[in-house]
Amino acid sequence: MTDPKNTPTAATPSTGKTKSESESKTGSKTMTGASILWECLEREGVRVVFGYPGGAILPAYDALKHSKIHHVLVRHEQGATHMADGYARASGEVGVAVATSGPGATNMVTGIATAMLDSIPIVCITGQVGSKLIGSDAFQETDITGVTLPITKHNYLVTHASEVARTIREAFYVARSGRPGPVLVDITKDAQQGTCEFDWEAARPQLPGYRPDLSPAPEEYKQALELIHTSKRPVILAGHGIIVSAAMREVRDFAERAGIPVAMTLLGLGAFPASHPLNLGMMGMHGEAWVNHTIQEADLLLAFGMRFDDRVTGNLKNYAPNAKKIHIEIDPAEINKNVKVDVPLVGDLREVLLELLPHVESIDRSEWLDSIDKLKGDSAVRDIQNLPDSGHLYAAHVINDLWHQTRDGNTIVVTDVGQHQMWEAQYYKHERPRSLITSGGLGTMGFALPAAIGAKVACPEAEVWVVVGDGGFQMTMCELATLVQENLKIHIAIINNGFLGMVRQWQEFFYDRNYAATPLLNPDFAKLADAYGIRSMTVSTRSAVVPAVEAARQHNGPMLINFKVEQEDTVYPMVAAGAALHDMIRRPSPIVETAED
Amino acid sequence: MVYVENKPGVLTRVASLFRRRAFNIDSLTVGRTEKPEVSRMTITVDADRDQARRIEAHLYKLVNVLLVENITNQPAIVRDLALIRVSATHDARSHVLELASVFRARVVDVSPESLTIEITGGEDKIDGLLEVLRPYGILEMVRTGIVAMRRGSKSNGNAVMDSTAQSAANDDVSYSV
Repeated sequence: MTDPKNTPTAATPSTGKTKSESESKTGSKTMTGASILWECLEREGVRVVFGYPGGAILPAYDALKHSKIHHVLVRHEQGATHMADGYARASGEVGVAVATSGPGATNMVTGIATAMLDSIPIVCITGQVGSKLIGSDAFQETDITGVTLPITKHNYLVTHASEVARTIREAFYVARSGRPGPVLVDITKDAQQGTCEFDWEAARPQLPGYRPDLSPAPEEYKQALELIHTSKRPVILAGHGIIVSAAMREVRDFAERAGIPVAMTLLGLGAFPASHPLNLGMMGMHGEAWVNHTIQEADLLLAFGMRFDDRVTGNLKNYAPNAKKIHIEIDPAEINKNVKVDVPLVGDLREVLLELLPHVESIDRSEWLDSIDKLKGDSAVRDIQNLPDSGHLYAAHVINDLWHQTRDGNTIVVTDVGQHQMWEAQYYKHERPRSLITSGGLGTMGFALPAAIGAKVACPEAEVWVVVGDGGFQMTMCELATLVQENLKIHIAIINNGFLGMVRQWQEFFYDRNYAATPLLNPDFAKLADAYGIRSMTVSTRSAVVPAVEAARQHNGPMLINFKVEQEDTVYPMVAAGAALHDMIRRPSPIVETAED
Repeated sequence: MVYVENKPGVLTRVASLFRRRAFNIDSLTVGRTEKPEVSRMTITVDADRDQARRIEAHLYKLVNVLLVENITNQPAIVRDLALIRVSATHDARSHVLELASVFRARVVDVSPESLTIEITGGEDKIDGLLEVLRPYGILEMVRTGIVAMRRGSKSNGNAVMDSTAQSAANDDVSYSV
């Protein structure tokens, strides 16, 4: 349980770093709401914000000149939220986006919903019309706290300068604690302009109803251990919560000690090393066939910081029918939401595992592990990597080569949404947490480029690759200008198949190949890059992939590579919507085809 | 019963949660309490035990929610109030008055054609009165929705209220799901 007295302290781990020079001895001084805003952001550890100015947020922008905070000018407010999101995912810190009222604020909605579904801590600051004008349909007035109510963890409307400090402190605390999420703070123009006494210490968060720190009962630990020790065929389902909770070490210790194989969710990739012998690979709709079979045959599922999304369970009616379920999860509302569990352990994953670890017995499960090996069957034969080079360039080749070339470095891959995202998940073997940044829950096309900018700003020393489809790229490609203006060395790999590939794939399987509105007419990406002063290459053969990747890495600046890949390639395996997890559409096996010939 | 911080927009947050998660509200009342910083809602929902637990967990995720008590199976005082305008012409008038008195309801308005009856009680009692009045012709009816309070001298609610808004999160109210 939360000790309420701890709440303010817990809220301020990064505070006190920057002391205002002009602070009086009493600890308070008169400031405008706008100045208080930047002062509080600095004290919360913010170094950079992503934003776009406008009328209602102008007082805040005017006060920015006195702040040490770096402002990245975006080209669309959606980009600002994705950048804050990418920043948060890459660094583990809170990302900040700023926009004006009305259209500026509503443009943030997609980015906020993206962060909400993936539990990403961001704080969005929006300007609002003067408090006296609220409700009058004033110019650029939108009820953005109303609009974002269901897609924020919490939000605030601030109408007085005196409320700014406490609200910002609470916003950061709520965003980063417990199950993280986006918080929006809407500040009226008069609240920015007004003045009041600023006293950081007095502006402690007051959140009497907020309890992010739950922990399981001793009885529940006992029940969990009993299930673990009596199970013959257990599997760990490793989710994003491992990364959020920084429980990589503990999960590894647990898996190794108990001899339990680990299946990954999309957002879990990197939380457990891909090369680890116990790592099975990704589960779910486009997961490896043997992983899904393993889950279906298991007698115990250990869900670590994952939420049984429909993309990983398939049809719930016959999901893991013989398995007991242990669910370690920080959000009590996730328990029994999709899958009924036998033992819920509600709490911070790392703390729960630390509690369990001393009691976990080492058990020989070689029989189970061997049988999983057998489940792999002909998967390798079906793998496109092992098919003879037909002269065609497949996305899987691009991803595989990219992985080979960049695997040893400090690389962050940021993907968009669609076929290329699934191929990335399948063929790029992530060893480290936060080395894959992708929109999982909301599946937001247009996420990759701005999120990569945020990631690069957070981790300037990292090698950042954008892997993006030709469709999604065009949704937010205006941010190329941001990238250039900020002088960021980011590599962009467009997986260009001339289709909205994933939608086309569904049309192929389930809509009788009626490719309605999925073929794309694309611009000349080389000329587009050129217009921004970005160097580019076009690649259409397999042998040209590695040289292009290397050229990008050597180049002293951003590079855009247009990979022209097979147009009608398909992501295999696939669990059709509504099908059982083991009921997969597989890539046709060449052996079977040859036999038929 | 849901104890919430008395702040603007909290009712919207609670109502929005039920809509967003597709739980149907039968009735929702909200009002002040003995502490000015705390409001109290009584929400009636048709849900099984699992759903009720999830609703509780979701409510706790709202930052402004202080305490949730599921009193479905608790000894509690539950009251609904109804105003019923019933057709009561010369012949029927005495019958209606008689029925009202059987139910300990009060007549609060009289007109040549109708009587307006105020009744307070559990939902069943009000349903009962409505049933027997229906043949006379119910012209207009409004109900407040229920308010409830646990019986006995102590409740978790008191713990929240006593410790004031600074420390509502006491150990007693930890819930296991």
